Amino acid sequence: MTERTTEQAPPQGPRDEDPAAGSATLDTVTDPGPARGGRSRGSSSGGRGERVFRGLTSGSGLLVVVAIAAIGLFLLVQAVPSLMANNANFFTSPLFDTRDPANLNFGIRDLVVVTVLSSLFALVLAMPVALGIALFLTHYAPRRVARPFAYVIDLLAAVPSIIYGLWGIAVLAPALLPVATWLQGNLGWFFLFAPGNLPVLTGTIFTGGVVLAVMILPIITAVTREVFAQTPRFHIEAAQALGATRWEVIRMAVLPYGRSGYIAGSMLGLGRALGETIAVLIVIRAATTPSNFSLFDGGYTFASLIASAASEFSQPLPTGAYIAAGLVLFVLTFVVNAIARVIAGGKVNG
Amino acid sequence: MATTTGLDAPERPAGGPTFQPLSTGRKVKDRLATVLVVLAFLIAVVPLVWVLVTVVGRGIGAILSADWWGRSLSGVLPESFAGGVYHAIYGTLIQALLAAVIAVPIGIAAAVYLVEYGRGRLAKTTSFMVDILAGVPSIVAALFVFAAFISILGGVQSAFMVSLALVLLMLPVVIRNTEEMLRLVPDELREASYALGIPKWKTILRIVLPTALSGTVTGVMLALARVMGETAPVLVLVGYSQSINFDPFTGNMASLPLLMFSELSNPEAAGQYRIWGAALTLILIIMILQLGASVVSRFSAISK
Repeated sequence: MTERTTEQAPPQGPRDEDPAAGSATLDTVTDPGPARGGRSRGSSSGGRGERVFRGLTSGSGLLVVVAIAAIGLFLLVQAVPSLMANNANFFTSPLFDTRDPANLNFGIRDLVVVTVLSSLFALVLAMPVALGIALFLTHYAPRRVARPFAYVIDLLAAVPSIIYGLWGIAVLAPALLPVATWLQGNLGWFFLFAPGNLPVLTGTIFTGGVVLAVMILPIITAVTREVFAQTPRFHIEAAQALGATRWEVIRMAVLPYGRSGYIAGSMLGLGRALGETIAVLIVIRAATTPSNFSLFDGGYTFASLIASAASEFSQPLPTGAYIAAGLVLFVLTFVVNAIARVIAGGKVNG
Repeated sequence: MATTTGLDAPERPAGGPTFQPLSTGRKVKDRLATVLVVLAFLIAVVPLVWVLVTVVGRGIGAILSADWWGRSLSGVLPESFAGGVYHAIYGTLIQALLAAVIAVPIGIAAAVYLVEYGRGRLAKTTSFMVDILAGVPSIVAALFVFAAFISILGGVQSAFMVSLALVLLMLPVVIRNTEEMLRLVPDELREASYALGIPKWKTILRIVLPTALSGTVTGVMLALARVMGETAPVLVLVGYSQSINFDPFTGNMASLPLLMFSELSNPEAAGQYRIWGAALTLILIIMILQLGASVVSRFSAISK
């Protein structure tokens, strides 16, 4: 009896990690069924149903691929005329002036700076905290409370981004003001903390980055937690058998195993931060002069610029300028998410 | 029984102390790590509680007022503490539901394809693209709908356009949740069905999908909760209206996020009152959906 159960376990184990293996065995069982049924009962009915059903489901799968291709294609088609009519350099100009359709001057330099700066700052804040939470939930918290605690973290993801934006500017920004003032007063010589292009220290990239950090915390935590929980039991027990303390077990067994998942989760978080729209639009103030690469700058990210102009999408050429910015954002998030997926290597469902 | 070897019952402990006390350095590091890890969790709880307390504290007055759930803002002056948001609640619900009507069948079918049929390059590409779609920012989805359906196909801004953008945001959530559930359905069930000579497609429809039903419903509810708070698509794809509009295919329509965003430009105190009231309303709706989702998942036929 005992031998039997141990023999049955392996086919179920790999199925979770590698779907192809499980369904491959399934297929060998399936194939004879319909084929024999189809032959003995004349030509069609089961066969046709099968074909229709398979067609419908494959079509739906294909639709997802088509959707992504269509997003890229339609954005490109709409962006090209405006890019041709653009009088400024699209990649290096800090201007984004589309008021006169006959004289478009738009570039994405400042959008790139503000988007990347705020997202990376958010990532720097969120990554260590997410790592700590994931470790806490998988290896520190008692099993009974680990699930409700994990649910609490997931609740962070349930709060709509516009509410984070409102909270960020109305409540968090004033609370962060002393921190920002101190940083600028004492570390102002460092370019990140140098005086920015805003007259005030609230509603800066700094504030926006903190809000973004809160927003991307749950996704990084969820992915990291999932991978840490998969750490092979025997790796942990081997470390324990060597007399390792809990921290040493984590350093020797859990972290090496989960590193790729942690990085992949962080990339997913970065992708979210890059594309976050409304919270950033509400929190980060508009600036009149170009960015100085300081955290105390204001300005627009790709997403917030598009949203800010959304009510003026009437004439095709100015609208195309914003669509061009959207295309860049799409490519950016595509690349970041693709990298995340490749690093995770199918271990994670983000 | 079969494993009885000589290993598990030593006659007496080996001589000398087996365990030596930990060195101070290792002990300190271990303690420090524990403290940091607990601290990280507490740090994450702070903003959650802070946001919720803020929203409840500032919004509770509005949602307790008599007109909040049953009136619109039609004809209400910007500075007046009157009217309600039922027009926006209707908009939020109808836009999300329309999106679900389109996204759920496609999402479930795509998940069935990935789990039951998908082989080779197309399946790999599809799975990859689902991940990419999950990462597409909502503003890009909105721009795409604008470019494709309004600029090129000549549609007009309406709540339905918002729903189309929400479909793109719901799909990956529905697909991934359903996929996970389908993979949990034991192969024995499928094999028992095949053994009775039932074709694969009927097995999937009658056996596999019903078994995974509650998990799928949970996924749909979570997807609904996710898209209801989306603001970027409503900014780009529909105009704000202060009064009720029941028709999602024509005209302006309010939704809770759009109402909040519009009231941001209202300098009166009543603007703040409406914003936080709408925020609390939105959070309540999302919480109800989330609670519903976790109740439904209790009834799951298969355990995780």
